[in-house]
Amino acid sequence: MIDPTLRSDGVREPLIVADSVTVAYGTAAVITDVDLTIEVGDMIGIVGPSGSGKSTLLKALLGGIAPRTGTVSRRSGLTVGFVPQVEKIDWNFPVTVAECVGMARARGWRTPWISKSERAEITGVLERLGLHGLGSRHIRDLSGGQQQRVFLARALFTGAEVIFLDEPTSGLDVRTRHEVLHLLADLNREGVTIVLSTHDLNGIATHLPTIVCLNNRVIGAGAPEDVIVPEVLERTYGSPMQILEHGGMRVVVDGGPDSSVLPFRRAAGDGVGS
Amino acid sequence: MNWTDLTEPYAFEFFRNGVYVATMAGALCGLVGCYVVLRNMSYIGHGLSHAIFGGYAVAALIGVNLFLGAGLWGVVTALTIGAIVRRRPIGSDAAIGLVTTASFALGIALVARYPSSGRNADALLFGNILGVKSSDVWIVGAVGVVAVAFILFAYRPLLFTTFDEEVAKATGVPTSLIDTLLMVILSATVLATMNVMGVTLIAATLVVPAVVARMLTDSFAKMLAIATVLGAVSGFVGMNLSYHHDLPSGSTIVLVGTAFFLVAFAAGGRLRRRAGTVAHAH
Repeated sequence: MIDPTLRSDGVREPLIVADSVTVAYGTAAVITDVDLTIEVGDMIGIVGPSGSGKSTLLKALLGGIAPRTGTVSRRSGLTVGFVPQVEKIDWNFPVTVAECVGMARARGWRTPWISKSERAEITGVLERLGLHGLGSRHIRDLSGGQQQRVFLARALFTGAEVIFLDEPTSGLDVRTRHEVLHLLADLNREGVTIVLSTHDLNGIATHLPTIVCLNNRVIGAGAPEDVIVPEVLERTYGSPMQILEHGGMRVVVDGGPDSSVLPFRRAAGDGVGS
Repeated sequence: MNWTDLTEPYAFEFFRNGVYVATMAGALCGLVGCYVVLRNMSYIGHGLSHAIFGGYAVAALIGVNLFLGAGLWGVVTALTIGAIVRRRPIGSDAAIGLVTTASFALGIALVARYPSSGRNADALLFGNILGVKSSDVWIVGAVGVVAVAFILFAYRPLLFTTFDEEVAKATGVPTSLIDTLLMVILSATVLATMNVMGVTLIAATLVVPAVVARMLTDSFAKMLAIATVLGAVSGFVGMNLSYHHDLPSGSTIVLVGTAFFLVAFAAGGRLRRRAGTVAHAH
């Protein structure tokens, strides 16, 4: 079988290459001079504060937004999927789980109804993601983790080689967040390239093999041990942070060793009612 | 009232034509209205019909075919609204309000300044089912066939674009083309059904069947089917009631649709209460 990512010279071709990409809404540049290469099998987390350009970078990589300057090159024939933030989904829209997954095959001529073979495929994708038997449910009538998985199923149904997720754990409880993270890791092991944005440094970012710290520009990129360091995080978030080691994991704590970032923290010796 | 009384008006060609047009127009508006309602553009039917009134006045003034002139005007208006909404300097409701009321105001001004351009303006404003000709039946039928063909052909991209335009666009769906074609179909629907319903009531025929269908199902495909059937039934029943009770046809059709809404609303409340009780019991 021919590997589509291998060039004739034997070098593996990247899936997506962003070269000095600047995206602006009006006159304000949301991201500036971003360079990023996405290879087959990558699992990348884009982290940064609100307004740092995470979602914009995802959309630029996906092809939904044209760069003001610079280029985004995608491998010819690359199929991509996108899982939006759950907050941006209209949960009152009349669509069942099967309809939601089935709508993703919308390019070229398709029958309005889901064909028998597509129904079997959808059943397979739903089973793979632990959603067996939920095809006829309305998307609102699912738990937070199941809702997230429906949109992953939609991306997988298109045969996406790269799946972009915008804040996939936003609004989820700790247990569901872990479920989603494990599911993404499983998909990645099965060969799906994952690129996600998150503001959750401890819950998500430190568990990923590759992190990109973004605040308009790329501040740092690489493995967590190279990027989750006080200097990079301070430049990314604009405030001092400490890194603690706990059970072999890096834990990010707000504030430097001498700072008091929480104005409501009681001073030492203060007691209730004193 | 016996069977002979019920069938009596069908002896008249104008009534048969009226029933054909009202039933087909109801079904067409019900189908297209689902996309209008789900895109939160319920006001657009109201606005487009007013805008097309402006186009009608301009077409009459410059002496071009009224249907063609008003139709082109409606399409341009719809596309202008779509372009404004896509650029997002203002919301869709404000864009519709701005563009269509300006067009309607132009129509009123022209009718006042050049009275000859206002012939049949009353029929357009309030509907005139008695004036439905065989050609109107064919026009509504043709628009209906084109609309159904478009919706069947572009079913999935239309659904994807309506539900999640940003993701649809990002994954390669030609959302601008889909939006444009839907606006053209919507304009043709409004124009073709305006003779029956009138400018002032057309929005209701677009919105009411879709809203009732949404209350009855959580499936998109079923919503389209239910809204189409409800629209057709409202048109058919409304036309017959209007004859037997000597009521205006357009308003009677809308009132039948409103009755469906009230029944669905009451039934929906009871169902929700029952579901809540069952869930609580578990």
